[in-house]
Amino acid sequence: MTLLSLRGITKRFDGKPVLAGIDLDVARGERIAILGASGSGKSTLLRCVNFLELPDEGSVALDGETVGRRERELTRVRQRIGMVFQQFNLFPHMTALDNVMEGLVTVRRVAKAAARERAERELARVGLADKAAAYPAHLSGGQKQRVAIARAVAMDPELLLFDEPTSALDPELVGEVLGVIRALADEGRTMLLVTHELGFAYHVATRVIFLAEGRIHESGAPDEVLKAPRRERTQAFLRRHKEFSL
Amino acid sequence: MHQWDFASVLANREALLVGAIGTLRIFAICLVAGLSLGFIVGLGRYSRNRLFYWPATAFTEFFRNTPVLVQILWFYFALPILVPFSIGPLAAAAMGISLNSAAFSAEIFRGGIQSIDRGQWDGARAIGMTAGQAMRRIVLPQALRRMTPALTNRAIEIFKMSTLASAVAYVELLQQGKLIASLNFNPIEAYTAVAVIFFVCLWPLVQLTYVLERRLGRSE
Ligand SMILES: Nc1ncnc2c1ncn2[C@@H]1O[C@H](COP(=O)(O)OP(=O)(O)O)[C@@H](O)[C@H]1O
Ligand SMILES: [Mg+2]
Repeated sequence: MTLLSLRGITKRFDGKPVLAGIDLDVARGERIAILGASGSGKSTLLRCVNFLELPDEGSVALDGETVGRRERELTRVRQRIGMVFQQFNLFPHMTALDNVMEGLVTVRRVAKAAARERAERELARVGLADKAAAYPAHLSGGQKQRVAIARAVAMDPELLLFDEPTSALDPELVGEVLGVIRALADEGRTMLLVTHELGFAYHVATRVIFLAEGRIHESGAPDEVLKAPRRERTQAFLRRHKEFSL
Repeated sequence: MHQWDFASVLANREALLVGAIGTLRIFAICLVAGLSLGFIVGLGRYSRNRLFYWPATAFTEFFRNTPVLVQILWFYFALPILVPFSIGPLAAAAMGISLNSAAFSAEIFRGGIQSIDRGQWDGARAIGMTAGQAMRRIVLPQALRRMTPALTNRAIEIFKMSTLASAVAYVELLQQGKLIASLNFNPIEAYTAVAVIFFVCLWPLVQLTYVLERRLGRSE
């Protein structure tokens, strides 16, 4: 069953086309890894899905319903889609627990006590029960990103967007974050994952797409795209990442 | 050599107390009115909507570039000629000081809000917050912390500007000091006393904001 459907998504910045007509259908339970060179529009694509950027053209449908452009609709759609950023974007003036509670209390109007209980469970799930009272400034990059994941997951999103969740981390902290994402994948959650961790993409994704020149240049099962890419640009991209091991 | 004689000032301590109450009253009014209006104008300056941006910008430029004393005198002496009602010394002085403070604090608010990383808006919007919720819960608390030193300066400035109200004979500290000086021929003691009272009022206020800044900074 199709959860997300993108049709002809186009986005220009200062007249320069970054996305030039993206069509993509994502079924429930699918995990799509998005690859592409730096500047190829991977972040922009994710941000168009939850309307942090408004597409210039094209439509986004969630659960068969095309999303309109009224602010109320966009806000409602964003509540159903979780996003994890490269730079974490935790709220620095709140503790880890408050970061996770914030969406529940302010957006979903869950009672404080229930929200706290839920947030504590989410923090425990990412292995940070003991950091509930810590402010982001006192957490490592890996811990921050795990709080950010807990914050997104606490909202019970139907779709999770990950934008290079480990790219800002020291190498030794990458594993703990990938482990958490892996666990979410094993629960059967639907996700779009922009990453340069090709090995991870290979093992976790159900489909891989490669972006170039604002379009989906190549798409297919991880075995096809990562091991036997057909298009030349995909091959060149993978050669540049040859240090990865599948 | 001047013979210091504060007895004549002490004898008028009730007049000074009345003045101090007058100063505190106009300070409180201008602080609340000036900063509230400044916040609204600052939002206008931050807005990309021309309908908000241009009026806010015109307001800021006008009131930043005209002397407060001229405004106070204008509201008190000129406005009643143009409109069919007159306003009292307190209202005239409070308007002049508040509008000027609004213009200056608008720039503080705009700068403070603008200084917050775009990622904070992203994080807030991504969990489904409206623009208003993101501003109130995420951006403004962080911006206010950064603005505390600048807003403190504004508050001190407002407190001191209150003396301009004496130009329209509003009863505040300086006005009472003038009165005491002219009745007792003791300008040195009278104005010294006024200066000391200002210092005694302002100094603890400033210390309090230091405490506030430290408390706000505890997450860093
Ligand atoms: N807000 C923006 N304003 C102007 N240009 C932007 C903006 N966001 C992204 N871009 C440009 O769009 C292109 C694609 O960016 P992005 O989607 O971040 O690529 P990727 O995530 O694949 O590295 C880049 O050239 C970038 O400079
Ligand atoms: Mg990117």
